[in-house]
Amino acid sequence: MATTVLDQHRVHAAHGEKTGLWSWITTVDHKRIGVLYGATAFFFFLLGGLEALLIRIQLAKPDNDFLSPEAYNQLFTMHGTSMIFLAVMPLSAMFFNYMIPLLIGARDVAFPRLNAFSYWVFLLGGLFLNAGFLFGAAPDQGWYGYANLTSRQFSPGANVDFWNMGLQVLGVSSLAAAVNFFVTVINMRAKGMTMMRMPMFVWMSFITQVLLLLAFPVLAVALILLMFDRFFGTNFFVPAGGGDPLLWQHFFWIFGHPEVYILVLPSFGIVSEVLPVFSRKPLFGYAAMVFSGVFIAFLGFGVWAHHMFATGMGPFADTFFSLSTMLIAIPTGVKIFNWLGTMWGGSIQYKTPMYFSIGFIAMFIIGGLSGVMHASPPADTQQNDTYFIVAHFHYVLFGGSIFALTSGAYYWWPKMFGRLLDERLGKLHFWLMLIGFNLTFFPMHFVGLNGMPRRTWTYPAELGFEALNQLETAGAFVLFLAFSVFLVNIVKTWRGPRNAPADPWNGATLEWAIPSPPPEWNFAEAPVVQGRDPFWETKRERGGRLPEPSPGTGAGIHLPNPSYWPLITAVGVAAIFAAIMLSHKTGPWGIIVAVSILFLGVFNWVFEKGYSEFTTPAQGGH
Amino acid sequence: MSDHAEVLDTSTGLDSRKLAIWTFIGSECMFFASLISNYLVHKEQWMSGPGPFPHEAWTDPATGKVLEPIIEVPLVTVGTALLLFSSLFIVLALYGAQRGRRGMMLGWLGATIVCGLFFVGMQVYEFTHFVHKGLTLQRNLFGASFFTLTGFHGTHVTIGVIWLITMFILALRGQLTPERSLKLEMAALYWHFVDVVWIIIFPVVYLIK
Repeated sequence: MATTVLDQHRVHAAHGEKTGLWSWITTVDHKRIGVLYGATAFFFFLLGGLEALLIRIQLAKPDNDFLSPEAYNQLFTMHGTSMIFLAVMPLSAMFFNYMIPLLIGARDVAFPRLNAFSYWVFLLGGLFLNAGFLFGAAPDQGWYGYANLTSRQFSPGANVDFWNMGLQVLGVSSLAAAVNFFVTVINMRAKGMTMMRMPMFVWMSFITQVLLLLAFPVLAVALILLMFDRFFGTNFFVPAGGGDPLLWQHFFWIFGHPEVYILVLPSFGIVSEVLPVFSRKPLFGYAAMVFSGVFIAFLGFGVWAHHMFATGMGPFADTFFSLSTMLIAIPTGVKIFNWLGTMWGGSIQYKTPMYFSIGFIAMFIIGGLSGVMHASPPADTQQNDTYFIVAHFHYVLFGGSIFALTSGAYYWWPKMFGRLLDERLGKLHFWLMLIGFNLTFFPMHFVGLNGMPRRTWTYPAELGFEALNQLETAGAFVLFLAFSVFLVNIVKTWRGPRNAPADPWNGATLEWAIPSPPPEWNFAEAPVVQGRDPFWETKRERGGRLPEPSPGTGAGIHLPNPSYWPLITAVGVAAIFAAIMLSHKTGPWGIIVAVSILFLGVFNWVFEKGYSEFTTPAQGGH
Repeated sequence: MSDHAEVLDTSTGLDSRKLAIWTFIGSECMFFASLISNYLVHKEQWMSGPGPFPHEAWTDPATGKVLEPIIEVPLVTVGTALLLFSSLFIVLALYGAQRGRRGMMLGWLGATIVCGLFFVGMQVYEFTHFVHKGLTLQRNLFGASFFTLTGFHGTHVTIGVIWLITMFILALRGQLTPERSLKLEMAALYWHFVDVVWIIIFPVVYLIK
């Protein structure tokens, strides 16, 4: 039996690239799933940006009534939730999907169908979260959904439910993906690639998966308890019934602070790939980079209550969480100095990815400094819930994550699509983004310290916030312009020829050794690794740049078959949460139908033909 | 070459599926840690609502009336013992599967399933009993956190039983050959985990005063 299965795969692999909608729906190829992640997340990113623009228009002048308070609440909630769960996380996931297998020299992830499942659940969760807009009931309680604002008493509508159920669905996606990438990194590395030879992006992504695995179950429980409060009449977070709203804050931030590192560690990884290549020097302090990443993740689980200084936890808790928070500055500082050390004395190539990575370092330092400021409880109680906090987390998440993700996009675009993005437009994009970003968020430090509260739909004229807010709104439009330039660049490149060589940047890692874009089987021959910068070492051995590699024919390479069961299973997952939301109308029948879809998907997945023995793609040579 | 699971071309030499189950179990630990914490936070809140439903014998200081605990330790102890024995049974079933002893595999797998079913039945009985006495999910926070904790554990046991029944059918059809015994091993790992969680829940909920 096994031989016939292998024969089918040979035929299948030799047929080459498949096209059409069905091939995308049933794809289990990590590269296509990566592209799907990227396209979907970029769409949600633009949507979240649009929401931010509407917020900025509303705040451009005092006592403005461009938006109603209700609409304003929905917009800032959806902006925050979307940017975190539907933009930055899945944009990182795009790079996990596309790049991790290539960087470790693998033909695919450990579980290709689970990978497709993660994407479909993510897509459905994103649509679920945004479906509230269609019913005029988008989530409106803020991205951290503090109790007891989320109780039936204060939020009688379905707004909170769209948020709760949407996040539950997205959590399933993140956990499935985390199991997959954790196993992929441990088990699918090329021969010779020990853990301490892995590219830094793989290391940081690996740590991110650990954080996802340990933090998301806590969010899942918090959301389940909230769901019980809202649908089944419990009082976990309702003071009138003996519940404690602060319990929600503890649960949420035990998830929420590791989440911050889930958002930024992949970006650290991207920058650590870009800087060495464009400095023509190996990464400075590799081991220190690895262990500072591990240390950041470890400390990330011991700092959650610094989000809660204003709740009055007492001097002991305040001191502990203040110290642990300040400790994080040490490994982060180690990283920043190592990035600077990487560039120091290097032969720096001023290409667009390098611009964005250097911009990342500068902006992230500003965000890190304001972060250390509110690690101090007395300072934090002043800054809490003001625009100072908004300024801080935009410096680390936009100035940090988005700058690094954009750097990664320019860096890996030629590998993913076989086309180099335009350098002039890219640099214009960078300067507009840097100026727009600082115009938007730097003044927020000042209005914040002057007492402008966040999440308030307008402000009175006599407080004197108007001039700086107008500057911020102008900055937001410059950012809009910056991303328009990026879109123009994408369209222009799309129409142009496939001009990218396999190795446009003189790269150090394995993905540059194969054609751009890579063939379905990635590596015609399984690579063998002898050091931390394997492709640089190969080039040095063979005396300089190599000729364009051949993709090979793919004959004899086992690749997993396409499958639609991951999609059906994903529909089952989303249907369960939809059924709970509709349970007051459908009774238990909705849930029974949804669980049946899930079981149908799971069983057909497990017993799918051609998958009986091979759930993982083959690693060996021919 | 390919039907033999021992020829593994992974970095660690471990099968990726086995590693994935371990990873998933690691994640699940945080799930149950959160639910257990939630129970510990709320376990004293049995007075709220029209209650009271103590989880241990309690003397009302005002009237001197002694209230009997609602929790029935003997019944749950039997359930616990069966669940613990089932962990041994599935080890024996796996031993049979790995050595191609079909009778041994089917017999012990069947015994594991019966134990799991008994445990789920015990919990269904316990829940109905509590509801009859008036302790519902909505009545007070002790009830709410008790039902969510043991309920989610029970759901895990139920999923485990369904998984094991699927394995039993595969075994009956002769598809659980020694080379494919990893399938049963994965189910067994999950089953052990569900047992271990109960080893924590049982004293925390039923024994510790």
